[in-house]
Amino acid sequence: MSISRRKFLGWIGAAGMTSAVGRKAHAASNKQFTGYAEANAVLHDISLCIGCRKCEDACNKVNDLPPPKASFSDLSVLEASRRTDAYTYTVVNQKQTSGNAKPVFFKNQCNHCLEPACASACFVQAFRKTDTGAVTYDETVCVGCRYCMVACPFEIPAYEYDKALTPRVTKCTMCYPRLIDGKLPGCVEACPAEALSFGKRDDLLALARERIRKFPERYVNHVYGEHEMGGTSWLYLSNVPFDRIGMRMDLGTRPAGELTAGALGAVPIVVGLWPILLGGIYAVSKRKDKIAAEEQAEAVAAALEEANAAADARLTSELEKAEKQKQLAIEKEVQKALEEQAAAAAEKAAGADGTADVDKPEAGDDDSRSSTE
Amino acid sequence: MSDHTAETGKSVFTLFNLVAGIIVVMGLILTFLRFTGGLSTVTNLSDYNPWGIWIGFDLLTGVALAAGGYVTSAAVYIFGMKKYHSAVRPAVLTGFLGYALVVLALNYDVGRPWRLPYPFIMQQGTTSLLFEVAACVALYLSVLFLEYSPAALEWLGLKRARNLAIKLTMALTFFGVILSTLHQSSLGALYLIAPSKLHPLWYSTYLPVYFFVSSIIAGISMVLFESTLSHRYFKDKMSRTYLDEHNPVTLGFGKAASYVLAGYFIIKIIGISVDNNWHLLGTGYGVWFLVELLGFVALPCFLYAVGVREKNLLLIRCTAVWTVLGVVLNRLNVSLIAFNYHLPSTERYVPHWMEVGITLFIVTLGVLAFRFIVTRMPIFYEHPDYEDAH
Repeated sequence: MSISRRKFLGWIGAAGMTSAVGRKAHAASNKQFTGYAEANAVLHDISLCIGCRKCEDACNKVNDLPPPKASFSDLSVLEASRRTDAYTYTVVNQKQTSGNAKPVFFKNQCNHCLEPACASACFVQAFRKTDTGAVTYDETVCVGCRYCMVACPFEIPAYEYDKALTPRVTKCTMCYPRLIDGKLPGCVEACPAEALSFGKRDDLLALARERIRKFPERYVNHVYGEHEMGGTSWLYLSNVPFDRIGMRMDLGTRPAGELTAGALGAVPIVVGLWPILLGGIYAVSKRKDKIAAEEQAEAVAAALEEANAAADARLTSELEKAEKQKQLAIEKEVQKALEEQAAAAAEKAAGADGTADVDKPEAGDDDSRSSTE
Repeated sequence: MSDHTAETGKSVFTLFNLVAGIIVVMGLILTFLRFTGGLSTVTNLSDYNPWGIWIGFDLLTGVALAAGGYVTSAAVYIFGMKKYHSAVRPAVLTGFLGYALVVLALNYDVGRPWRLPYPFIMQQGTTSLLFEVAACVALYLSVLFLEYSPAALEWLGLKRARNLAIKLTMALTFFGVILSTLHQSSLGALYLIAPSKLHPLWYSTYLPVYFFVSSIIAGISMVLFESTLSHRYFKDKMSRTYLDEHNPVTLGFGKAASYVLAGYFIIKIIGISVDNNWHLLGTGYGVWFLVELLGFVALPCFLYAVGVREKNLLLIRCTAVWTVLGVVLNRLNVSLIAFNYHLPSTERYVPHWMEVGITLFIVTLGVLAFRFIVTRMPIFYEHPDYEDAH
C-alpha cells in the first residue's frame, strides 16, 4: 500500500463532508412542517364547479401562454380527459359518476404542496416553496432532468419537449407574480361560480369543515389536500368520492421528502463506515498473506534444517562405514600376510630346525592386534 | 480501422466494421435531429412518461452493468484474491467506458446538457437522490479514468506518470467501492419518491439495497460475459497469465455470482413479506414479477452453482449472459414496465425507434472504443517494461 492510512482517511472524510454538509436532516425528529403561518391557499369546491372553463381562459391570459387549438368557450373539449401540459397550467375535466346524474366538473393544477415532491427531487433547487404558499420554478438553473415530473404524485409538471435547446418545466405558479402585487390568482378571479376561494390556508380549512358540517348530505366528509402528501395549499371539497374522479386516495400523509430521507441519511453512514469495514477486510487479507508467507518461510527453514541434519547423519555414518571397511580390509590383508608368513615359516621349519621359529610369529601376531584396536 | 482488422486477421471484423459504420452514421444523424428538433422529434417521452429508455436502459442498466470495475478491483485489491489480478484491467476498462457512455447518454436526455455541472456550481439540491447520483457518478468516472490510466500511460511510454497512477491504486479502489455503493443504491432510491407510480411488487423501501446487491451480480456476470467475448475476438492480445487465469476466474466469479444471487433472492422474498404483497403475485404484474424472480434470479443462481460444481465453463458463461439479461429486465421493470402501472395503456410509454437508435449508437461507440484500446494498450497482457510491478 503506497499511501498512508491517515492520508487516505483524510480524503474519505473530505468526501463525506462534502456530501453531508448543507442537508437539513430532521428526518428522525418529530418535527413536521405544517406550512408557513400566513401562507395563502385556494379551496376548490367541486360541487360548485359548472365546467365553464373561464379559469382556463384566465390562466392562459395571465401567464401569456400560446392560444389553444379550440377556443376556451368550446365546451366539447371537456368530453376527453385532459392533463396539464407545457402550455396549459390548469385543466377542467368532467366525469359522469352515475348513469343519469349531472356530470361532475373539477379543476386540476399544481397543488402547491407544503413540502413539495418536485422541490425535494430537484438536484439544483429550481423549485421553492415560498412563504406566499406558491411553489415557484427557476428556469435559469433548470438542467431539464425531469425528475420533478417523476416525483410529483399529482402528475402536474410538464415539459417543453418541442424545444431543442431551451426546454423548461412548466406548471401553475399560483400566479406568484400577481400574489406579490396583492392580486388574486387569475383562475380565482375569473371563476363565476365561487367554486374557487382564496385565503389563508387555516381559514380555508375552517371554511371547508363548516360547509361539510352545514351540508353533510352534500359533501364527502374529507378535505382533500389537508393531509395528502403532508398537506397541500390547494384544498378540495367534493360531492362525489374523490377516487371516483381520479384523485388518488392512496397517496398517504407523509411528505415526499420523508420517502427518501432514509436513503439519503444512509449516505454519510456509508461514507463513515465503509473505509473501516473495507480497511478491516484489507488488513485481514493482508495479514493472512503475511502469516501465510511467514509460515511458509518457517516451514521451508525447518525442512531445510531437517534435510541438512539428515544429510549430516548420513554422511557421518557413511564415513564411519567406509573407515570400518577400510580397517577390515587392512586387517584382512595383515592376516593374510601373517598367515602366508606363518605358512612359509612352517614350511621352513619343516625343512630344518623348527621350535625357536614357531614362537616368533605368535608374538608378532599379538603386537599387530593391540596396535589396530 | 482497417490496419488492425488486418492485425486480428478475422474476417468477422469487416462485417462488424460495416455494421458499426452504418450505426455510427445513423447515430450522428439522430444526434443532429435531437439537438435541432428537441426531444419530441426523436422520442416518445410525454408529460406522464418523462423518463424513457435513455434513463431506464442507458443510465440505470448501464451503471449496473459497469459495476464489474469496482467488484473486480475490490475482490483483488481489498479482499486479496490475487489470482484474479489479470481480470482487473479489462473490468476497469469496461467500467470506465460504461460510465463514460452513461454520461454521454445523459447529454442527449437532459434538456440543457451544458448545465449538467449546475448542481455542483450553482445550487446544491442535496435533498435530491439525483444529486447523490450525479455527484457519485461524476466522481466515480474520474476514479475509473485514473484506475484505467496506467494502461494508457504505459502505451504512451510515460513512465513517471504511470508510476504515480499505480501508487494511487489502493486509494482509488477504496474510493471506488464507496462511491459505487452510494450511487448504485441511489439509482434504486430515485424511485422511493414515487410509491404511487411504481407497482408495489417492485416498489420497496429496500429498493436501494436491491439495486446495490444486483449491481454486484451484474458486475460479476458482465466480467464473465466480457471475458468470453474478448476471449473469442482478442485472444491474440492475451498474455499467458491472462489465459492461465481465465478458467479460475470463470469458476471463482461464477461461484460468487451464485452466492450473491441467493442472497438477492432471499432479500426479494423478505421485501414481499414485509409489505405483505403475496396476494399481488396472482395478478398479471405478479406473474411478470415471478418471471423475473424465478427465471432471472433463482434459475441463474442454480445454474451458476451447477456450473461451478461440475466445472462446466460453458454453462457458467451462458448463465452469465442470462443473468445480465435479468439485470436489464429488472432495471426496465422498475423504470418503465412497472412504472406508471396505474395509467391506461394509451398513456403508457413505448420507445420511439430513434431512441433505440441513439442507444444502439452509444453502445456501438463503447464497443469501438473497447476494441481500439485493447488492440493497442496493455489490457489483456502486462506491458513488458512493468511485468513484475503489481
